[in-house]
Amino acid sequence: MEARKSNELSCWAYKIRRTVLETIYTAKSGHIGGSMSIAEILAVLYFDRMKIEPQNPELKERDRLVLSKGHCSPALYAALALKGFFPMEHLKTFRDIDSDLSGHVEIHVPGVDMSAGSLGQGLSVALGMAMFAKTNHYDNRVFAILGDGEIQEGQVWEAAMAAGFYKADNLTAFVDNNNIQLDGYLDEVMSPYPIGEKFRAFGWNVIEVDGHDVVQIDSAVELAASIKGKPTVIVCKTVKGKGVSVFENQVKFHGGQPTALEWEIAFAEIDSKIAEMGA
Amino acid sequence: MGEKISTREAYGRALAEYGGNPDIYVFDADLKKCTMTEYFAEKYPERFFNIGIAEANMVNIAAGFAACGGTALVHTFAIFAAGRAYDQVRNGVAYPGLNVKVVGSHAGLTVGEDGATHQALEDISLMRTIPGMTVVVPSDAHETRLAAKAILEMEGPCYFRTGRCPVECVTDSVEGYEFEIGKGVTLAPGDDVTLIACGLMVEEALKARKLLEKDGIQARVIDMHTIKPVDSEVIIAAARETGAIVTCEEHSVIGGLGSAVAEVLAKSDYPVPQEFVGVDDVFGHSGHAWDLLEKYGLSPEEIARRAKTAIVRKQKNKRNA
Repeated sequence: MEARKSNELSCWAYKIRRTVLETIYTAKSGHIGGSMSIAEILAVLYFDRMKIEPQNPELKERDRLVLSKGHCSPALYAALALKGFFPMEHLKTFRDIDSDLSGHVEIHVPGVDMSAGSLGQGLSVALGMAMFAKTNHYDNRVFAILGDGEIQEGQVWEAAMAAGFYKADNLTAFVDNNNIQLDGYLDEVMSPYPIGEKFRAFGWNVIEVDGHDVVQIDSAVELAASIKGKPTVIVCKTVKGKGVSVFENQVKFHGGQPTALEWEIAFAEIDSKIAEMGA
Repeated sequence: MGEKISTREAYGRALAEYGGNPDIYVFDADLKKCTMTEYFAEKYPERFFNIGIAEANMVNIAAGFAACGGTALVHTFAIFAAGRAYDQVRNGVAYPGLNVKVVGSHAGLTVGEDGATHQALEDISLMRTIPGMTVVVPSDAHETRLAAKAILEMEGPCYFRTGRCPVECVTDSVEGYEFEIGKGVTLAPGDDVTLIACGLMVEEALKARKLLEKDGIQARVIDMHTIKPVDSEVIIAAARETGAIVTCEEHSVIGGLGSAVAEVLAKSDYPVPQEFVGVDDVFGHSGHAWDLLEKYGLSPEEIARRAKTAIVRKQKNKRNA
């Protein structure tokens, strides 16, 4: 990938982060850590790889994404608003009593392909969408983003088994491996490691990348499209709270809210990063 | 009365009969020979998917198909459909309002010898409390065929309950019978008491009616095949005209048909006495299907006895008025 494009995608990732911060700051509630760690994945998907039309969100043969870690709605809503599915202004209503932008992602929001919230269900849904595409001879792709804590849910492995069995090569899953879940570090709460080997055992193509390197993510998504006969999982090594020094690797920012000072630092750091990238 | 056919068998035949629409997708969890989806699978193999013994996964895969515009039907035993996959049905199907039909077979005590772990006695209750869920419990083969056609044509989530045992056909000989989701059917007239039943208890209620007739009691029998939305009009008319109600279901007395009827009565101008025939807040057991119905008080004799109790309560209320 040329440097200009890579810089552009990184820039989108930081705009997603900036938007996540604004959204959660306004709502005074929401999941910061896991929203920040998937910014590059969403930037690559929505600003490069996914075949979608913001003016025509119901396009039947569009690419689809299931954000299985549905609590990271601020990141997906940010990507969708930046892409033009709905006005940026609308994000200010996040978690409001009269808003469609609920705490967890909702299918009724333009651009959202499936509701999520109860962890462990999204990979099955994405597999269903991929099987639907194959049955109808559509050439669209289906993506799913899973949390690394989420894969402690047994249903994820039911879906992994079925996706391998049905040779769902139009399905690409991401595991956001930031190594932190609500109660602490994964290896202290309940280790799902090694992640790649488990998927491989179920017949998946496994790619491991730096989840904050848009070039690596982008080429993995491209490579996944060329792998026939098996689904692909891209295990992304990420940092929870990525981009803000006081949020990074902090267990409390899974769902906790920052202090006024922390907010100040967060906005300043993200803004300076965006300025540095020349956007 | 014709050949005895189970509602699961009738459902399987109907699914194959009406499954020609290319938007219909059928899923099973290693039970196609029991849920009888194998008829559909033979006829339309390209739209049939066996997901293996993974009910939660099956429900969400079906949700994925529905999110893309398909009509998806999932099949397993009622205990697993409504119990094991409850969260998937609630959050993955009903909340996003997807067009997934959850078909639970082998419901109730009449699973028989397999025993309590396989006898769904809470499924109507579980499914009924989910917003937007339609709940259909057909009584016999004739009704099942029409009901299956109706759910294939309706939009949105639905729970459809079938049984394992062959049952008599009781609705095919009813003059002017028409199936409509949400419309109870009056199978027999009567002014002394009303028996409101669903599933195979409809047949038992009709038998109870004969027993009551011998004692000079005229019991109205209503086949309430749709538990949600329940037909409040026919319930209130029965309460007004007969003054006593007995609900009959192969399900716990908590949360099912009896509760649905009681909710209507309590809010109406005719909160008449109601007796609940059903499983009295206990688990089932292994045994022959019909012996189990007898043991747990789901027999025509018990329905008749409860009908008399309801009539006594009605008369007492009148005297006290």
